Amino acid sequence: MFDFETIRADFPLLTQTVNEYPLVYLDSAATSQKPLSVIKALESYYSAENANVHRGRHFLSEHATRRYEDTRTAIAEYFNVQRTEIVWTKGATESLNLIANGLTSHLKSGDKIAISAIEHHANIVPWQELAKKVNAELIILPITADLVLDSNECAAFIREHKPSVVAVTHASNTLGNITDLEPIITACKEVNATSVIDGAQAAMHLRPDLNKLDCDFYVFSAHKMLGPTGLGGLYGRYSRLNTLDVYQTGGEMIETVSLTHSTFRDAPGKFEAGTPHIAGVIAFAEAIAYLTALDFNGMRQHEHTIFNYAIKQLSTIAGITIYSHKENNIGNISFNYRDEHPFDLATLLDGYGIAVRSGHHCTQPIMSKLGIPGTVRASFALYNSLDDVDAFIKALKHCIELLD
Amino acid sequence: MNSPFHTVTQDIENANGWQQKYRQIMLLGKKLPVMPDVLKVDDALVKGCESKVWLYIDFDHSENSLVLAGDSDTRIVKGLLALILALYNGLTPEQATQINAYNEFERLGLISHLSPSRGNGIKAMVDKIQTMAQEKR
Repeated sequence: MFDFETIRADFPLLTQTVNEYPLVYLDSAATSQKPLSVIKALESYYSAENANVHRGRHFLSEHATRRYEDTRTAIAEYFNVQRTEIVWTKGATESLNLIANGLTSHLKSGDKIAISAIEHHANIVPWQELAKKVNAELIILPITADLVLDSNECAAFIREHKPSVVAVTHASNTLGNITDLEPIITACKEVNATSVIDGAQAAMHLRPDLNKLDCDFYVFSAHKMLGPTGLGGLYGRYSRLNTLDVYQTGGEMIETVSLTHSTFRDAPGKFEAGTPHIAGVIAFAEAIAYLTALDFNGMRQHEHTIFNYAIKQLSTIAGITIYSHKENNIGNISFNYRDEHPFDLATLLDGYGIAVRSGHHCTQPIMSKLGIPGTVRASFALYNSLDDVDAFIKALKHCIELLD
Repeated sequence: MNSPFHTVTQDIENANGWQQKYRQIMLLGKKLPVMPDVLKVDDALVKGCESKVWLYIDFDHSENSLVLAGDSDTRIVKGLLALILALYNGLTPEQATQINAYNEFERLGLISHLSPSRGNGIKAMVDKIQTMAQEKR
C-alpha cells in the first residue's frame, strides 16, 4: 500500500516556507527532492566511510568499493538487467554523449541517425555532432498532432529509412507525454538499428523493465530518481556496450599501460575513468531502496490522481492552454495563460511559494512547433498532494488577477 | 531627490505587499515608450535571458549623455528595464558611473532580480551601461 502521509514526511525540504507561504514544489521534472535516508547516507559516507574505490587494500577502500558495486547491482535489479550492463556517469546528458561518442567508429558516411522533435537538447545535440563527425544524416521521426511519438508511424519510418541509430525519449521532459516504445524497438531490431532511449524523466515514474523492453541503451539521472545530483548512468546491452569506443581515458579504466600503448578493461570499467562520484553512488542505493520498497501501483495511482486533479482544475480557468497530453503522461503539465509570457507567470507564482519552471525547457524544437517562446511547467511526483494542487491553482488565479 | 528615477519609484515604495510592488513594476513597463523595431537588432539583444530583452545604448556627443532605449517580451522584465532606463537615461558618463543600481534595487526590495541566476538579464543590462559609461568618461 502507498501511505502518502508517511512518504511526505520522509522529504524534509518540503516542510519549509518560501516568501511566508508553505513551499509547493512542482519542479520534480528538473530534479526530485531527496528522502532523509539519501541525505543521511551522504553525510555518513563523508563522516565515516570516505575512501577511494577499486584501489586500496585497506578496510575503508574495500568497504567503499563493496557499497559502490552493490549500488550497481541494485540499479541493475531495478531495471531487471545485468550489473555489468550499468555504467555510472554524471547524468543522463553525459550518458547520451558517451553513447553517441562511442558509436563513432561504428558509423560510416551516409548512415542515418533518427531522433524526434520532442527530444531534450541532450538527446539532439550529441547526435548532431556525431552526424557531423562521420558525415551521417539526421532524420526526424514522426509525431502526432498532440505531440506524442506516433509509434506505428515511427516503426514504419524506421523500416523504410533503415537508420543505424534511433534515439528517442521514453517521456518528454517538457510535456510529460509517454512514448509507446515497443513498436519502435521492434522495428529497430528488424533493421539492426541501435536503439537509445532517454529515460531521464521516465526512470522513476514508470520503473521500466529493460529486459522486457529490449532496447540497446537506456539512460537515466540519479537526481531525478530521489538520488544525489552529479550522478547518472546508462544501461547498455552487453554485446553493444562492450564494443562502444571509449569516451574518456585515464586511471581506473585501463588494464595495462606502457608509454606507447594501453589496453582497456571490459565494460563497464572502461567507461568509468578517474575517481567516480562514490558518495553519490552510495547514497543513490538508498534512493533505489526507497523506490523499490514502495508499492509501485499505489505510487502510480497516487501520481495519476494528482495529475488528473491538476488537469481538471487548470481546465476550469478560462484562458489556460494545456500543451501536455492529458492521459498519457508521467506527471508534467506544460501550459500558458493567454499570450502572457511564461516568465511573468512563473515569477509571480514564486511570490506565492509555488516552484514551477518556465522557458523552453531545453526543447526549442517543441516551442518552434507550437510557435511560443516557452511554457510554464508544473511537474508532480510521489510526494505531491491534492493540497499542493489546490495551493497552486489558488495562487495561479491570484497571479492571473495581477496580470489582467 | 527629484530625479526621474525617484519620481517613478514612489509608487513602488508605497506599494503594500509584494503583489502591489509587482503590479507597479508591470505598470511602469506598460508606460515605457515603444522601442522602434529598427533598434531591435541582434547587437541590442541581451544574451542569456529566458525572456527577450533588448537594450539599445548610444552616446550623444553634443549633450555628453547616454541615450538608452529598451524593450522586453515579458511584463516584469520590461518594468525592471523601465527602472534602469529611469536611472541612467540622459546622464553624463560621469554621473552614470556614480550610480549604483544595486543599492537602488536593494532600497526598493528588488535585489533578488539582480542575481545572476534569475536569467532575466537585469544584471547584464546594468553591466552593459556601466561599461559604456566607463568608456566615455
